[in-house]
Amino acid sequence: MANESLEAKKQAYDAKVEKALAKHPERKNLAHNRLYTPLDTENLDYQRDLGFPGEYPYTRGVQPTMYRGRLWTMRQYAGFATAEESNQRYKYLLEQGQTGLSCAFDLPTQIGYDSDDPIAEGEVGKVGVAIDSLADMEILFDGIDLGKVSTSMTINAPAAVLLAMYIAVAEKQGVSPDKLNGTIQNDILKEYAARGTYIFPPKPSMRLITNVFEYCSQHVPQWNTISISGYHIREAGSTAAQEIAFTIADGIAYVDAAIKAGLNVDDFAGRLSFFWNAHNNVLEEVCKFRASRRVWAKVMKERFGAKNPKSWMLRVHTQTAGSMLTAQQPENNIVRVTLQTVAAILGGTQSLHTNSKDEALALPTEDAVRTALRTQQIVAYESGLADVIDPLAGSYYIEALTDQIEKECWDYIQKIDDMGGAVVAIEKGYIQREIQESAYKWQMEVETKQRIIVGVNQFQIEEKPQEGLLRIDASVGELQTAKLKALRARRDDAALAQTLAALETAALDQQKNLMPFILDAVKAYGTLGEICGVLRKVFGEYEAHISL
Amino acid sequence: MMEKRIRVLVAKPGLDGHDRGAKVVARALRDAGFEVIYTGLRQTPEMITETALQEDVNVIALSLLSGAHNTIFPKVLDLMKAKDMEDILLIGGGVIPDADIPGLKAAGVAEIFTPGTPTSAIIEFIKANVK
Amino acid sequence: MMDIAQEIVAGSPRALARAITAIENEYEEAPEIMQKLYPHTGRAYIIGITGPPGAGKSTLTDKLAKKYREQGKTVGIIAVDPTSPFTGGAILGDRIRMNELTLDPGVFIRSMGTRGSLGGLALKTADVAKIMDAAGKDIIFIETVGVGQSEVDIVKTADTTIVVLVPGLGDDIQAIKAGILEIGDLFAINKADRDGVDRLNTELEMMLDLNQRQVQWRPKVSRTIANRGIGIDELMQRIEEHRVYLAASGELALRRTQRTRDELLALLEEQINRRVAARMKASGELDFLVASIEQRKRDPYSVVAALVDSYLV
Repeated sequence: MANESLEAKKQAYDAKVEKALAKHPERKNLAHNRLYTPLDTENLDYQRDLGFPGEYPYTRGVQPTMYRGRLWTMRQYAGFATAEESNQRYKYLLEQGQTGLSCAFDLPTQIGYDSDDPIAEGEVGKVGVAIDSLADMEILFDGIDLGKVSTSMTINAPAAVLLAMYIAVAEKQGVSPDKLNGTIQNDILKEYAARGTYIFPPKPSMRLITNVFEYCSQHVPQWNTISISGYHIREAGSTAAQEIAFTIADGIAYVDAAIKAGLNVDDFAGRLSFFWNAHNNVLEEVCKFRASRRVWAKVMKERFGAKNPKSWMLRVHTQTAGSMLTAQQPENNIVRVTLQTVAAILGGTQSLHTNSKDEALALPTEDAVRTALRTQQIVAYESGLADVIDPLAGSYYIEALTDQIEKECWDYIQKIDDMGGAVVAIEKGYIQREIQESAYKWQMEVETKQRIIVGVNQFQIEEKPQEGLLRIDASVGELQTAKLKALRARRDDAALAQTLAALETAALDQQKNLMPFILDAVKAYGTLGEICGVLRKVFGEYEAHISL
Repeated sequence: MMEKRIRVLVAKPGLDGHDRGAKVVARALRDAGFEVIYTGLRQTPEMITETALQEDVNVIALSLLSGAHNTIFPKVLDLMKAKDMEDILLIGGGVIPDADIPGLKAAGVAEIFTPGTPTSAIIEFIKANVK
Repeated sequence: MMDIAQEIVAGSPRALARAITAIENEYEEAPEIMQKLYPHTGRAYIIGITGPPGAGKSTLTDKLAKKYREQGKTVGIIAVDPTSPFTGGAILGDRIRMNELTLDPGVFIRSMGTRGSLGGLALKTADVAKIMDAAGKDIIFIETVGVGQSEVDIVKTADTTIVVLVPGLGDDIQAIKAGILEIGDLFAINKADRDGVDRLNTELEMMLDLNQRQVQWRPKVSRTIANRGIGIDELMQRIEEHRVYLAASGELALRRTQRTRDELLALLEEQINRRVAARMKASGELDFLVASIEQRKRDPYSVVAALVDSYLV
């Protein structure tokens, strides 16, 4: 009844709008309606759709007190050159108040090659730290108590090996595995679809991943065994709905694989975590976060029949969108990152990395990364945004858009299900094509100025080349090569050979969990290249077949 | 004699897997009427130059975000010289600091397109400079 | 100093690549290059690979090529992809599935766009195959987009044509154009681990029985999972069986003669058309005739008849 007169009033408003448009036509490329009213949230049911924080369907957040009880973890992704230099950066960041570690590895490490492999030339230490063996890992965490800090490692194809190294370093420190807190990204599907640092084909990769789930459920119970990632899918050009849809589809594939491997869903699901992008459109991002929690909760409860509420919770780490930062007028990026931080916080992230202003140019200098960290701290302590839980709830726009994104997400999941799941969808190139379409559309919008990027296609200035950027010395490759030579000279090659042989035998046996074998090889100071070499021999290498 | 088609090899050298830019550029070049040979990720300098030779391309376009540009570009240039392919336009894009660009150009790279460059600029450059 | 044709015969990949460009772009020197190379052709065995997009043709070609290399044979591959009718551009992305072959000196791969000329593509592809033949390639694969008329024409250049199909792409045999069944000497059901493989296989066999056009050669159906290298040996066997049949039955000689005849006539038609039309355009006669015909003062049929008579004097 009240809505009937509201309808009438809305129509009157619309009529006024027509007149206003004639005088002030609206800007192009506006994705959402100009106004939202109770008419847009008529079907909202608080208990069913929102619930309370820490309660199914977790739309409002996964913890009952959220940031009032504990702020999100401030976790800056860092790593470059040698373990020594990265260790310094980690200590600096911890001193400056960050509350968790996040390791960036170089490309040879991410793809299972040693620093002295010919294919690694020019790449050693450039996008992250070079880790060739347990010896480097020990240096990386020297003076850092692994019993007191939580560490996230962005490593995928060889994640099991790096995890084994971490466990081994902790053991040497006297910290038992069951005390370890952290995450490995370990999400191979998005590598095939959007990021490119794959090694092995899908089947053996899924086996390694489920091996990690199983091993950790028994030995490293506080460890997040996977960070199912949408960040990179978004960076590759997808829309917000695609970001969470494709990621959740990947998540469904992982849960399916683990169940097929004989695991009970409640034994591992509580340790699955996610990784979202915090993009520019602040309110759309908030809705994306809320929708993602609701979708995953339903997936875990209804589709997989999980009983433990921990299995229903989508816990997420977030990174501000690097691709939205510009090489032009880099100071502006501090503003962008601030807005993206607001989006992440109102979205309810558990952990956050903020990019530095020189993101489009180089890895961050100490000064630049400190500002990025300060951004989080200012939002946390000075803005009031962390003081009330899910404060935007009830807004007509927020609830309507959350529902809309949720619906889009289900549509994509259905499509992918019909194809046979995420693995098949990626093999067919469906996910890649959708991402590319969105990426191309975006670029054309920018080039036709339907979408303005400040400093890039409008409000430009004459720029001078940036000074004081971080440069990685080319000598890192030589340094690592020398270290490897010394390592090979001093270790017990016979003992190592035995561990590698045992690993190869175990890899051939589908029923074996490879973690203990990898641990043995790691402790014998097998290099990453040697250990992955064995697995490459048994599993083969992934051949990318999808073109444009 | 018919209108000559410009053939461009778009390649991702080295271990970097971020191909959003390469794919967007490839598509824009296609829409501008070029024939684009796209060979995907993990291309070595040897693979790049051999492909360029077989496909008789007019342009080699490399996309690099991994910081390995000062190793990769010189290697490609050396191979191009050895195979007598110096009439091919070598261009690049990605995360390449301004400070490194003069060195690359002196070595023989025709142009580096830094972040924010519209695809139209790349297309115009190719049309104006292809031999 | 060698000319380009000599360099090709001597084995220069650069010369080979340049000659292909000359043919594609119809450079002035193209006919002369073809003339000089022609005596060196006729050795290579040509395998056509066609089928709908997504069937896995490039992957299959990659695997077959590797097998031939193991046998010590040299390989040429022509990978054809569609040119956009709107922009004239093309993404030629088949090489991504043949990356490992790039550095094999015994393999030469060339990507071609269809470039929107209907009859012209088949002629050009045939010429490119001849160049590779003259360059000494033992086996030449022509991989097309499949399955329009121009693709059907392309595979007439081949000695053995393999049609690659995939289960569950949403089409029954009924939906697949009859043209495929006519041109296929062999059929490969790729991605044979997918649902629907048995049904496709059965339907295919039934249709082949009904469409029996070659009395002595009944096309054979193989199953492959190309990206896992499964079924490749068997497919190689079938190719060899077909090759043996062609040779033993005299069919190969017949086909090649027919091909030479078709090419000669097509070349003749294309040349006459082009040269006469060029002359008429230059002299303004074309515009004059077109105006006449438009005004119904003359009709196109008698115009052409008179023209041909005048040229045949």
